[in-house]
Amino acid sequence: MKNVRRTGLRALIIAVLIGPVLLGVAQTLSAAFGWLPALGERTIGLAPWRTLLDQPGLATSVQLTLWTGISATVIGFALAFGLVASLHGRAMGRSLMPWLAPFLAAPHAAIAIGLAFVLAPSGWLLRLLAAPLDLTHPPAWALVGDPLGIGLILGLLVKEVPFLALIMTASLSHLPVRRWLIQARSLGYTPAATWLRVVLPMMWPQIRLPTLIVLSYALSNVDMALILGPANPPVLAVTVLRAYTAPELSSLLTAGAGAALQAIGVLITFAGVWAFERLIGVIGRTRLRRGRRGRLSGVALGLAQALNPILLGMASAAIAALAVWSVTWRWSWPKPLPEQLSMAAWQQPGDSWIGPLGHSLLFAGVTTALALMLAIAWLETEQRRGASLLAGILYLPLLLPQIGFLPGLQFGFLQLGIGPGLLAVGWAHLLFVFPYVLLVLVGPWRGYDPLLSRQAASLGAGPLRRLFRVKLPVLLAPVLAAGAIGVAVSIAQYLPTLIMGGGRINTLTTEAVSLASGADRRITAVYAILQMLIPVAAYGIAIIAPMLRGRRHRLLREPRYATGD
Amino acid sequence: MTLLVGLAIGLATPASAQTGDTSGTDWEQTLREAQGQTVYWNAWAGDQRTNAFIQWVGEQTEARFDVAIRHVKLSDTAEAVTRVVTEKAAGRDENGSVDLLWINGPNFLSMKEQDLLHGPFVRDLPNSRYLDLSRGSANTTDFTVPTEGLESPWRLARFVFNYDTARVDNPPRTMPALLEWAQANPGRFTHPHPDNFMGATFLKQALIELTPDPAVLQEPVENADFASATAPLWDWYDAIQPHLWRGGETYPSNESEQQRLVNDGAVDIGLSFDPASTAAAIKQGLLPPTARVLIPAAGSIGNVSFVAIPYNARHTAGARVVANFLISPRAQARMQNIEVLGAFSVLDFERLSDSQRARFEALPDAPALPTREALGKTLPEPHPSWMTRLIETWAQRYTR
Repeated sequence: MKNVRRTGLRALIIAVLIGPVLLGVAQTLSAAFGWLPALGERTIGLAPWRTLLDQPGLATSVQLTLWTGISATVIGFALAFGLVASLHGRAMGRSLMPWLAPFLAAPHAAIAIGLAFVLAPSGWLLRLLAAPLDLTHPPAWALVGDPLGIGLILGLLVKEVPFLALIMTASLSHLPVRRWLIQARSLGYTPAATWLRVVLPMMWPQIRLPTLIVLSYALSNVDMALILGPANPPVLAVTVLRAYTAPELSSLLTAGAGAALQAIGVLITFAGVWAFERLIGVIGRTRLRRGRRGRLSGVALGLAQALNPILLGMASAAIAALAVWSVTWRWSWPKPLPEQLSMAAWQQPGDSWIGPLGHSLLFAGVTTALALMLAIAWLETEQRRGASLLAGILYLPLLLPQIGFLPGLQFGFLQLGIGPGLLAVGWAHLLFVFPYVLLVLVGPWRGYDPLLSRQAASLGAGPLRRLFRVKLPVLLAPVLAAGAIGVAVSIAQYLPTLIMGGGRINTLTTEAVSLASGADRRITAVYAILQMLIPVAAYGIAIIAPMLRGRRHRLLREPRYATGD
Repeated sequence: MTLLVGLAIGLATPASAQTGDTSGTDWEQTLREAQGQTVYWNAWAGDQRTNAFIQWVGEQTEARFDVAIRHVKLSDTAEAVTRVVTEKAAGRDENGSVDLLWINGPNFLSMKEQDLLHGPFVRDLPNSRYLDLSRGSANTTDFTVPTEGLESPWRLARFVFNYDTARVDNPPRTMPALLEWAQANPGRFTHPHPDNFMGATFLKQALIELTPDPAVLQEPVENADFASATAPLWDWYDAIQPHLWRGGETYPSNESEQQRLVNDGAVDIGLSFDPASTAAAIKQGLLPPTARVLIPAAGSIGNVSFVAIPYNARHTAGARVVANFLISPRAQARMQNIEVLGAFSVLDFERLSDSQRARFEALPDAPALPTREALGKTLPEPHPSWMTRLIETWAQRYTR
């Protein structure tokens, strides 16, 4: 009986979270092959693909997508690894989280807007350099909207490096890194060589999934690409979004084919990662057998370490630029600072930010609470073994490109009678908030010492009491961290809000992205700042609350994992 | 014979009197139905002043008719058209999510051809008596397509350039002059990407000025020789493209972004579909006070912006009430006020009473606001099919 209930609950969670993804994928695929009976499109065939492939610039779009997505992921991985390796064992390394939190928390759109304010030809950087370089006009080159997508890659890096660094730090706590470093040194290997040849391969299985999530996002994001990416042609995901919103009926089919192409691209790069993993395994083993001590590793790692301060400095400048622009009245080129300050952008009467702020808070609060409940239910009903494949499917929404199934999902929801609105948007947010929350909670849940609950049981506590009075208080810190990440993920959602809300639901993010291509940097900055403040506050609570409580309940601290450190 | 005519008149008079009467009671019925409704007005939201005006309209209709407005902000009108299309596809023929739509041109043609519009309703609006609704007038023709009462006008749009008088002395006023100017000042001019309607409008303005016989543009493109009609345009564009901002490698995504480039000094000439936008931007601190409007010598493209009601709108009555309020002399005079919006009215001043006209005559002035006379000749929009073909051909020629 208990097993039946458990299986039922788990099936329900999968149905709620994966059902919509499959529905969306099915609708998208059928559209890609010409089948949309409700629109009178019943000619199954390759016509949508032909239209898609005939679009001017499509080849460039695909190349751009692969180039920006893959290089952002590879460089981001290297920089994050360099950061983690260089800070490991140092005092700063232990408090890495508070340093990275603002960048981790900041929504993609806010970072992109801030970077554009700094890096554009008329941006802050060149305003500062205009006098020394004797520039009369903003120069004609730019890192924003550049045909190589450098601006887009930089934007993605700012978001990916902190995320990957955090994941890597968490996985290191399970590995006896210090012992390995000492042993390898006694064999004549430099620390850098040890990091690359021992730690990285051991760490990889634990960070493979997050890396694939980063890769999928980098290949298919829309909001950063709209703000920082090239425009003529844009990356594939933006091309698909344009086809989806074009007024001609037939372009919905083209959008379906484009979405399928996007998904295929992501899957091919996943296959590439798999093949690369095998290849490295083979090459690595032969090279290890040759016994070289790898002096070059130090150079490679050193380079990655040197680039991190530049990247984080740029990201800090981006956030500072948002703050300055939001209180500017007039700041003409090439003044290094605003000529006139004003709070006008915060006080605009007509277009208030209150409504979008309310929507953002509503979605973040409700979907995070729901996701926490579902994730804890999922983990609590987990059988010891054999659940990994099923658990894997829960990450599907993060591994598939959003543009690949959201348009189909909107269509599917409509047929089920769920029109665009709060429910559809909230549900879509949950699809992305839940897996991130689960990702954060899985480790701590597995590391939890079951003895504590058993002792409580022996004192007569029932299952719910054990959960709420013992386990959750012990795991408070990771639960709060998961909540903070949930809030940040929900706040940052652009495409789900746009598509599932039918444009009727404005959040800070949809407003910020649409304002970013407008004339008024000041109002854009206000939305970007607000958009950033909510997740930063959530992170602040997640970091500070356990510290405060830790003083009172020293005994109930989360047990340390077997770290070997 | 006389008898027959008399009979005809006798039959006709009560009938038309009756329709007059029922349209009166119909309107009262509409007002009653509309009470308490919230109209989801889907409108392009790229201009803060327009957004503020829409908010004012909502306050007014709520106070006067108990009809609230929710402005659904679009970055592209096509988004809302797609939504109606999707709803129809999913069988949602009632309770649709779009009640009122700011629309014109290709989007209107697309919805009209797919029978996605409610109406005809314009003549049912009491305030339509202030409009010139004669056949072929600007208020009944949208990009050469007859509106057939399916959309109601609300504001005039005119294509203009703008520039900073502190930086540019002799701005070019024809397309050939613009080419020479761009060659002399490389990198100082650009236009929005033609995927954006403003970029497409710039191409249409250039086409009208350069094509041998502009009359062919009034017909659907299938009836004309597209290649020979557009050959001078592409020759001209091939010549100017290398001298555009960033070598024509990239384009601003819309006119607001281009205005920001002008404000930053990254380019010298901007463009707009609203002659009042320059004065408005100066007031908001978004352009230098020395910015002025530049009007093409041979006149410029103009059109009327409309509102339409989708066939499956949930609050049809409320949407009609809003459409009617938009063409009231009170709303139109406020709209034309440069301190509010500055968009020119669609009303026929001949049909207004003296006191109504006085509202318009009392409106304030601004140095960067051109007069209606200074705007010169209005060039008619080409048939929408030209715009579609122009965008496609441009993309094929200039997207790598």
